[in-house]
Amino acid sequence: MSFSELLGQHFIHTALLAGVVIAVVSGAVGFFVVVRGMSFAVHAVSELGFTGAAAALVLGANPITGLLVGSLAVGAILGVLTVGGRERDAAIGSFLAFGLGVGVFLLSMYKGYATQATSLLFGSIVGVSDAQLELLVIVAIVVLVSLCLMYRPLLFASVDPEGAEARGVSLRLVSVLLLLLVALTTAEAIQVVGVLLVLTLVITPAAAATRLTARPALALLMSIGIALIATEGGILLSLLKPYPTSSFISGISFTIYVAARIGGRASGGRRWGKSVRASRSGVRPRCNEGFPSANA
Amino acid sequence: MTNDSRSVVEIRGGSLRYGDRTLWETLDLSVAPGEFLAVLGPNGVGKTSLLRVLLGLTKLSEGVVEVLGQPPRRGSSAVGYIPQQRAFDSGLPLRGRDLVALGLDGHRWGLRRASSVRRSLVGSMITTVRAESYADKPLGLLSGGERQRLRVAQALVSDPAILLCDEPLLSLDLGYQRAIVTLLDTRRADRRTGVIFVTHEINPILPVVDRVLYLAPDSWAVGTPDRVLTTETLSRLYGTPVDVLRVRGRIIVVGAPDEPDSALGSAGHAHEHDPFRTGS
Repeated sequence: MSFSELLGQHFIHTALLAGVVIAVVSGAVGFFVVVRGMSFAVHAVSELGFTGAAAALVLGANPITGLLVGSLAVGAILGVLTVGGRERDAAIGSFLAFGLGVGVFLLSMYKGYATQATSLLFGSIVGVSDAQLELLVIVAIVVLVSLCLMYRPLLFASVDPEGAEARGVSLRLVSVLLLLLVALTTAEAIQVVGVLLVLTLVITPAAAATRLTARPALALLMSIGIALIATEGGILLSLLKPYPTSSFISGISFTIYVAARIGGRASGGRRWGKSVRASRSGVRPRCNEGFPSANA
Repeated sequence: MTNDSRSVVEIRGGSLRYGDRTLWETLDLSVAPGEFLAVLGPNGVGKTSLLRVLLGLTKLSEGVVEVLGQPPRRGSSAVGYIPQQRAFDSGLPLRGRDLVALGLDGHRWGLRRASSVRRSLVGSMITTVRAESYADKPLGLLSGGERQRLRVAQALVSDPAILLCDEPLLSLDLGYQRAIVTLLDTRRADRRTGVIFVTHEINPILPVVDRVLYLAPDSWAVGTPDRVLTTETLSRLYGTPVDVLRVRGRIIVVGAPDEPDSALGSAGHAHEHDPFRTGS
């Protein structure tokens, strides 16, 4: 089939639509993930979602359901562990390694078609069915509505936890809610790019966007835009050339990220670098502890 | 202000314990509208914890605390808070203007309606602290002094009756220290805002302080600087001889026992900065 013939196919329309839904959700949630420095937690949620999907395969259940249940459970646990946005690195790493071990074990028990497991790892957007698309849309609406409702406290707690807590924002509640949204988002993104490449939709676009603007709402919208360009561009390219869609998607989003790093605001801000370093050089004590005493 | 005589903060018989460790006991404190109270003392005596009690984030172990005649309520707009200085990541997508706006309604859930009232409130607060020239720059690229001005704006934008400050002058140079102190002093004079100011150093704020609460490891004292920061009172508080010197309008304390669990670590004991310490 030629490119234009492919474009007329129903399954391609479904794939492009699913791509839009997933890109919007990933770009939006990814913004908060990047602001809070939680890339590793996202990685853990997606890999443990895989464990849930593997369990579902063994039990003969729908792997997407397993994926959702697995990542939600892990998201809730990590939400409690990562209150205040500061990752507990080692704890997440330990959970991740154990869960993945369980996933490998479950997969070895699975006697069915290995393609289902492979498509979880590497994604298969062109295999999205109409029923799947429906579920994608429902989950996306839940995530986006929740994000709109919690935008301000979530932003406050993410950028200024001390100030937010003093104003009555529950850091724990916000952290758990965000991780649940992250869980739903990765469960969506896995269906396009697979477990191993979730970060390319949830982290890279937002990381690029925060390089381009310091306005929080604008950065969030740009993150969505970049995720859209990468996803739709990747799907279209994979129609032209017979290589995996997820490779194209990660290639495009990484290219945008590199361009943003080179040309973005951070490089324009380099002339301010000195004062930043000076102010970061730590606390300059002026007196001894316990001394309401003289300045130097 | 009609009820000018009523105190903005009232603590009666307040004690705070963590496990079997007592921070302070039977504390009686009352802060009047427009009063500037400095909270002094070594690390680990519960200065920040006192602020957390007033913010409603920590409960007293014993005693009664009232903020504007009510038990402290988490997230009250009547209480402004300037937390300890912290640098922001240089890649953080946030401008000074956004930080100030969060102080106004960042705790609210739900969608925000675009409002010119909100924008002008934030804008006028930025003008008040004279931060217009850098309010639209990324927060992570600002100097410590610029950041603190925006912190003051953030704390004041909800028009609080009480302002709680946790070491706001730490690591600022003298010019910025003066600017911040002037901002706070103006505010309490104009709007009768009570200021509770936790600090290690009395000298930068000595001209504006009304009273001092000195928390020592085993006891406390409250009163004017002239009454509390004396050889007599501090020796009694520490239970060991302490000398208080007044040199050119500054107060210097010599011989107060060091606190081993200093949050500043060894950097906090800058012996070379303090000739009085050598040989002790």
